[in-house]
Amino acid sequence: MQRRAILGYGAAGAGAVALMLFVGWWQVDGPGGPEPIGQRPVALTAMDFRLTDHEGNAVGPETLIGRPTMAFFGFTYCPDVCPTTLSDISGWLDDLGDEADEMNVVFITVDPERDTVETMAEYVGYFHPAIRGWTGPEEQIARVADGFHATYERVPTESGDYTMNHSASVFLFAASGRFVTMIDYHEPREFAVPKIRRALEEETEGAT
Amino acid sequence: MKKHILTGTLTALLTLGGLSVPALAGPEDVVVENAWSRASIGMNRPGAAYMTIRNTGDEPVTLIGLTTPLAMMPEIHETKTNAEGVSSMSPAGEIVIAPGESIALEPGGLHAMLMRLQEPMTEGDTFPLTLLFDDGGEVTVEVPILSIAARGPED
Ligand SMILES: [Cu+2]
Repeated sequence: MQRRAILGYGAAGAGAVALMLFVGWWQVDGPGGPEPIGQRPVALTAMDFRLTDHEGNAVGPETLIGRPTMAFFGFTYCPDVCPTTLSDISGWLDDLGDEADEMNVVFITVDPERDTVETMAEYVGYFHPAIRGWTGPEEQIARVADGFHATYERVPTESGDYTMNHSASVFLFAASGRFVTMIDYHEPREFAVPKIRRALEEETEGAT
Repeated sequence: MKKHILTGTLTALLTLGGLSVPALAGPEDVVVENAWSRASIGMNRPGAAYMTIRNTGDEPVTLIGLTTPLAMMPEIHETKTNAEGVSSMSPAGEIVIAPGESIALEPGGLHAMLMRLQEPMTEGDTFPLTLLFDDGGEVTVEVPILSIAARGPED
């Protein structure tokens, strides 16, 4: 009786240790690495929207299937967060070199009123050549944001203009369209580049 | 961190080049370092400038505003990113810098928001930005304009 009780505690103890190890893995290496607590996007295959890229091509979620994808939201009138994210991404892509050649990198505007196809073309031209700029009618942008569980909001400024609050994370999808993880705004390169590699590696696993 | 001698002549300062521009005049206790900004596309979009502002004195200093011939509405702003990963930006108000402390204006945090540009910000140029303090003191720095894709003062 006593012995069984001890065994019982032993099993519970082992279970607790296993749980702690699991939690440790989950936090350090697993999908629970540093990430905003917002909702995760659905798979690209479950999204439905029609946009135009900065070269005037019709694009949608199906455009992204078959290659791993890095996608993020912003607007070209954004003075701080968006150029910073675009330069960060350009830096990550430089770090990854050839590894990132087969990756979709998409900057989706949340301000289609000002960000026309021409505006997007001029803007993305200043950053890494892999970065594509997508825009479209407001109701289509809303559908993209829905699929990503991203939010955006138009906010008037004292200068009489407006600015946009928006989700600033970078979303990573596998070639299959499955959501892999996201890179929080300001996440150090030590975390960002390995996360991108995870999205890239998943493609290799699926292909073999 | 580089140390700057504030009594250097203007010519000497200009030859220092773009990386760290010390204050040209004003409260001796305030040192501005690593000022930089990104080039703009035209004049319709707001610009942003970044720097470190250090209080080397024994008294707190309070930054209350900005002026520059480059922009009609320069203002210290703060970008915040919430738990859901949503970024927003709003005026930061007055900023007190304790003795011996510094504040960093850097991407994703505090920035000098340059609204209503009077001319485009061209890579390779500089512009004067004056910091206004609550005691009436002013510090003017020459801010280098780097590439639109610059990540920091070294780019
Ligand atoms: Cu701002």
